[in-house]
Amino acid sequence: MSILNKEPNFANPDDFYEALIDMHAGLSEEQSHKANARLILLLANHIGDLSILRTAMSDALVDL
Amino acid sequence: MTLSTATAAHYQNLKFDYIKPVEITQSTASTYPVIIVGAGPVGLSCAIDLARQGVQVVLLDDDNCLSVGSRALCFAKRTLEIFDRLGCGEQVVNKGIAWNVGKVFFKDDPVYTFNLLPEQGHQRPAFVNLQQYYVEGYLYECATQYPQLDLRWKSKVVALEQNESGAKLTVETPDGSYTISAQYVIAADGSRSSVRNLMGLESKGRVFRDRFLIADVKMQADFPTERWFWFDPPFHPNQSVLLHREPDDVWRIDFQLGWDADPEIEKTPEKVIPRVQALLGADVKFTLEWVSVYTFACMRMDKFQHGRVLFAGDAAHGVSPFGARGANSGVQDADNLCWKLAMVLKGQAPQALLSTYGDEREFAADENILNSTRATDFITPKSKISQLFRDAVLDLSKHHPFARRLVNSGRLSLPSTYSHSVLNTPDQDVFAGAMSPGAPLVDAPVRLQEKDAWLLPQCGEKFSVLVFTDEQSVAEKIEKDMQSLPDIECLVISKTALKLKNTLCLQDHQGLLTARLDAQANTTYFIRPDQHVAARWRSFDVSTIQQAWRTATAQEEM
Repeated sequence: MSILNKEPNFANPDDFYEALIDMHAGLSEEQSHKANARLILLLANHIGDLSILRTAMSDALVDL
Repeated sequence: MTLSTATAAHYQNLKFDYIKPVEITQSTASTYPVIIVGAGPVGLSCAIDLARQGVQVVLLDDDNCLSVGSRALCFAKRTLEIFDRLGCGEQVVNKGIAWNVGKVFFKDDPVYTFNLLPEQGHQRPAFVNLQQYYVEGYLYECATQYPQLDLRWKSKVVALEQNESGAKLTVETPDGSYTISAQYVIAADGSRSSVRNLMGLESKGRVFRDRFLIADVKMQADFPTERWFWFDPPFHPNQSVLLHREPDDVWRIDFQLGWDADPEIEKTPEKVIPRVQALLGADVKFTLEWVSVYTFACMRMDKFQHGRVLFAGDAAHGVSPFGARGANSGVQDADNLCWKLAMVLKGQAPQALLSTYGDEREFAADENILNSTRATDFITPKSKISQLFRDAVLDLSKHHPFARRLVNSGRLSLPSTYSHSVLNTPDQDVFAGAMSPGAPLVDAPVRLQEKDAWLLPQCGEKFSVLVFTDEQSVAEKIEKDMQSLPDIECLVISKTALKLKNTLCLQDHQGLLTARLDAQANTTYFIRPDQHVAARWRSFDVSTIQQAWRTATAQEEM
């Protein structure tokens, strides 16, 4: 099924969030942007399904 | 005078009498089993717990009054259960304000609501808010009931030396100084612990470069009895605000100020009143009860035990205030320490039992520090990029359930499960649910002698065994078998009421206890004096219980 899952899906949300923030530790703003872009591309490839990715993209644009 | 009916103003002005100690009046040199330094919630809890177990204690405090301001405020379910055992749980709950629900706001909008006790069938709520001076007052009142508990005010420890069999303290009083010895010392003298300093020890960790204003505000208001947390609200832009209800029409408000704020200026009414007014609206009348500006650190001592000196509470570990993990974890330290210390002093267990205090509570401190550090990092982002992610989480949380789980305004105090403790007997049988060895025993409603009761008040202080059976004949055999283990309390649990001569029979009339413990016929739980699970089996067998007792009390191998 190509539906974007927006229900809680982390076994431990706080572990994930800490890992995400730690990934950026010591990076300049420019480096952080680069790292974020690469991270998005890696995860997008993992998901693969373009319809899911399009839903995520439009959700990301809400209230911007 | 009964303290429990006293008013807040009375508590704040209470001065306790200093009594010239026997060591000065008679120039005697006394040795006590235990000296406790610091009569805050942790020191008082330790003193009462030990006195209940017949241990003679001297409790020293450098001051002679209760704490100033609401301070600890949020007392968690597990702490209330410990206070029940110590004798003041009912008073704390009756005077306090019970709450289970927290709400989180981002800018103008509510984004997330959580319920910390989503199920029924527990005696105590997730939290009770009560000013620390009340809690200390109730504990003090309990403490005065024990002749073996000697509470000495205006007694400041100025020197400490120890050897293999005990420690010698020099204590300064209004009548000069004296020395006093003890087999063991408990240092519960707070984050700036003088015992820790005298011993040249450190509490190490991360200091957060941020300042918070805390204001106790007296007013008539119609906010619900919930914990409200704002990220970046319009009335206090770019910072966070936390609102809690206290008894006596007092409200606690915490304003994040940032590192550059001047603590002396921020404490003045001219600065505080407009901040509070901005939150409440221009027409709300209020008075300030107590104001303070604080910073914090997440830190702990490497080891909580140094020879004959045991550190507990803020003296041993410090956390940020967002999880209500300070006083709560300190009282849980006391709960863990005192039964072990009493057994060692009575010669019922080797010193190895005492060293598990450090193992278990250092683990708990790490858990508290981890949770409180993460909350602090979320609330006060340290870089532009972490602010960006924080705000993205808050934006997404308005629409998407997954993001609400990432919002962290404080993960509130829960007791630790000592999963890796050497005192546990690991499971051999298959069980579902959270009650694995090391876990704090869950509460449930039961019937006792045809009256409604709760499970937790029926066990604790001693080791106990809970056995599930619906057969009268099996129950009678259990009672007979348990006669060979006189130090272990036996509780038989059944669906319909059973009757035994010398054994407590609990009726699980709602089936909740059976469900929460994943119990079947003959399921047996072995519970420590601090109400943590030590072992569990699918069958009842006296020799395995005895072996589990040996493990749970760190006896040498046979």
